[in-house]
Amino acid sequence: MAAAFDIGLIVLLVGIGAWMIVVRDVVVATIIFVVFGLLMAIAWVRLSAVDVALTEAAIGSGITGTLLLGAAARLKGADAGGTRLSFPITVVAAVLCAMISASLAAVALLLTYPAPTLAPMAMQNLDQTGLGNPVAAVLFAYRALDTLLEKVVLLLALVGVWSLAPDRAWRGVPSLDTTVPPSDILAFFAQILPPFGIVFAIYMTWTGASNPGGAFQGGTVLAVMWLLVMMAGVMRAPSISNVWLRWLLVAGPALFLIVGFTGVFIADGFLAYPPAYAKALIVAVEAALAVSIAATLGLLAAGPPERMQQK
Amino acid sequence: MSSTMDAFTVLAISCGAFFFVAGTIGLLRFPDVPTRLHALTKADNLGLGLVALGLLPQVAGPLAALKLIIVWLFALISGAIVTQLIVRAVR
Repeated sequence: MAAAFDIGLIVLLVGIGAWMIVVRDVVVATIIFVVFGLLMAIAWVRLSAVDVALTEAAIGSGITGTLLLGAAARLKGADAGGTRLSFPITVVAAVLCAMISASLAAVALLLTYPAPTLAPMAMQNLDQTGLGNPVAAVLFAYRALDTLLEKVVLLLALVGVWSLAPDRAWRGVPSLDTTVPPSDILAFFAQILPPFGIVFAIYMTWTGASNPGGAFQGGTVLAVMWLLVMMAGVMRAPSISNVWLRWLLVAGPALFLIVGFTGVFIADGFLAYPPAYAKALIVAVEAALAVSIAATLGLLAAGPPERMQQK
Repeated sequence: MSSTMDAFTVLAISCGAFFFVAGTIGLLRFPDVPTRLHALTKADNLGLGLVALGLLPQVAGPLAALKLIIVWLFALISGAIVTQLIVRAVR
């Protein structure tokens, strides 16, 4: 029974993946991408990777879908069809893609069984981190450098989006639709959902230390709540020159860096934690990161500033 | 006792599945956006409600049962509001 479900899920995933590539309309392709992400999340749950499933649903499907929809809306004015590639280039691209697919398939099929894994070591050393969730231990202890750099990349992506702003709008506000009347159903939605969303986001970030969840997922939920209130006109989008906003953006990565360098003096080295305070430090970094991720993702989806703030 | 509960679960989830199938057929067969949304929301609200109701006797404790009900309530809220927004967008 479970096998039948899994096979059905895989067939659906492959079919939807193929559909996403074949379809010509960018908006339709994006909607298929969101559906694909949600089905992928179910697949991750089936593989008992609940942390990955949460991330896939929140970021892979949710925020990325929003970003792609925004990009599709921007492309509508431009010539979205693009120039058609010449036949030889199409063939070369197809051959290269086929080679990559074949190599990936070969790697997956030729793996020794059971596959090499670091999971037992991750579990063995879990006590030293004070955490209960091995995924959080990988993200914030064993491979903390990767996580730190990931957050910096996210900030750089935001700088990239901001750099698309026209000169006159620099230091301005992102243009989200703020023409919604206060009695509108969207405004109603934006008033009743955020209290639940914020509590859920805090819980997700907090519980990430010992259960599936964490700063990235919690931060994404927070970002979506923020986007909702901005889109519904309940709260105005901030000016990107706002000093508080910029502090929020760098708070997480900055605290992570400070804790990392402190590790040189009070523990074994950069990004190492003293075992007695490991959990407290990690939870503090996660909390700051959740806020920064929320601000960064919200502003990424809001897009570059387009007009000056009306006083 | 437990077999009665199991029978209730099977019955409720079967009814829920029926509404999902009916809603899907409506989504595929109805001619325009408002009627399709009408079919879809019946499936989501009533179908999901029945599935959640059917699962209630199977959960470990009151907290898990509460979570199931909350999931259904959120689906109700978002379904009702997103439907309104879609209809307004196509009108």
